[in-house]
Amino acid sequence: MRLSVQEAAFDLGAESNAFAAAVSGAGAVVTFTGLVRDNGGSLAAMEIEHYPGMTEKAIAAMMDQAMARWSLADALVIHRYGRLAGGEAIMMVATASRHRADAFAAAEFLMDYLKSRAPFWKKEIGADGAAWVAAQQTDEDALRRW
Amino acid sequence: MIDILYFAWLRERIGTNRERLETTAATVSDLVAELEARSEGHALAFADKTSLRVAVDQELADFSAPLAGVREVAFFPPMTGG
Repeated sequence: MRLSVQEAAFDLGAESNAFAAAVSGAGAVVTFTGLVRDNGGSLAAMEIEHYPGMTEKAIAAMMDQAMARWSLADALVIHRYGRLAGGEAIMMVATASRHRADAFAAAEFLMDYLKSRAPFWKKEIGADGAAWVAAQQTDEDALRRW
Repeated sequence: MIDILYFAWLRERIGTNRERLETTAATVSDLVAELEARSEGHALAFADKTSLRVAVDQELADFSAPLAGVREVAFFPPMTGG
C-alpha cells in the first residue's frame, strides 16, 4: 500500500507500470486518474489546498478500510496539491486484486471517499476571477452506497 | 491553549490560517460562539454553520464534540478532493 500527497506532477504511465509490476498474485489492476477540467479554455489554473497531517491520516484510513473490505493485493493513491494547469493530472488511484470485481469496487470506494472525506479544497482561477469549487450533494449521496 | 486552523474560504474571510487561543469552551459549538465575537471576518466566516465542517485533532467531528485535552481544531467548508 502506498500513499503520496505531493505538489509535484507524477508520471501516470510510470506509476501504473511500477504498481502492476510490483504486485504479485493479482490478475487485475484498475487505475483511475482525475484531471483538471479546463472549462472550455476559460480556466487559467486550479489551486488545491489541503490539511497537512489530516490529509495523510484520512486517506490512509480509507485505504485500510478498502484493504479490509475487498480482497486486494495492493492499493496506491497519489494526490497533488498546489497550483495546477488545465489538463494536468490531479490524482490517481490504483487497486490490484485476483479478479477484477474487487479492484473495480475498491477503486470506486476510494474515489467516493477521496471526493468528500479527504481534506482538499479546489479553487478555480479564471479570466474573470477565482471561485472555490462547491461540494456536490451527489458526491455526498455517493457515500451512502458503501 | 488550542490551535485553531482555517482552510479555503474560511481562511480568506478570517484573514489568517491559524490562531492560538486560551479558551474555556467545553465543546466545538462553545468555541465557535467565542470565535464569532473576535472580528467581523470571523462572524462572516461562521455565519452559515450548515456549510461548515470541523476536525478535532485531525479527525472529522460534530459541533457537539468536547474540547477537553484537545490540541487542534480545524474549520473548513465541505471537502472537494479527488
